[in-house]
Amino acid sequence: MNILLFAQLRDYYGASSVTFPDDELPLTVDELRSSLAGLGSEEFRQALLEPNVFCAVNQKVVEPKYIVQADDEVGFFPPMTGG
Amino acid sequence: MFEVELSATELDLSALNQRFMGTDESIGAVVSFTGIVRGNGIQAIEVEHYPGMTESVLSKKIESAAKRWPLRKASIVHRIGSLPVSEPIVWVSVASAHRAAAFLACEFLMDFLKVDAPFWKKELDANGVWKWVEVRSQDQDRANRWMGRYAPTQA
Repeated sequence: MNILLFAQLRDYYGASSVTFPDDELPLTVDELRSSLAGLGSEEFRQALLEPNVFCAVNQKVVEPKYIVQADDEVGFFPPMTGG
Repeated sequence: MFEVELSATELDLSALNQRFMGTDESIGAVVSFTGIVRGNGIQAIEVEHYPGMTESVLSKKIESAAKRWPLRKASIVHRIGSLPVSEPIVWVSVASAHRAAAFLACEFLMDFLKVDAPFWKKELDANGVWKWVEVRSQDQDRANRWMGRYAPTQA
């Protein structure tokens, strides 16, 4: 699956998406986030593990215990700053 | 009657207002809010969004407002991309029969737009360095004020 990254998370990772192996899924959002954190730099790891980071599954914000399936669209992003 | 638009070009406020006014004779009040890029030490800003999700979150917020107050029309137009200082970044307009609903719904939409819609701003400071804007606790506090207030009037 392709995991989308936005704002600071994308900058730290250096790309707007990460390819994550489907055979490791399903995972909870928390488990996915921990695995993902190991795929980038130390800066990326710290930024992704910040408690205020949001995860959206199929474009809806979900809780850390939500279970992600291989065909879901997943995005991680920092707090939103619109307007 | 409920509209969400993301614009990559400068917002034409008079055109937006004119289009919004229309001819619905049940409308007795229109409240509009325009957010402007402040120039306190910055040269420009850039707005990033999550295509698809941003539009969907904003549409749902309008639906949520329409369950709380008897709205006739509502429109949110938000800029994306690069903006210079003093340019409008967001325009929210709400129409209802009477002013109270329009004032409240416009404020409700703006308060949630700031913290619940996937937009991220970065600023170009005076030294030419881009910095991501940090979330302000006051913005979350303003959104939280609506919890439990003006509960939906319809199912």
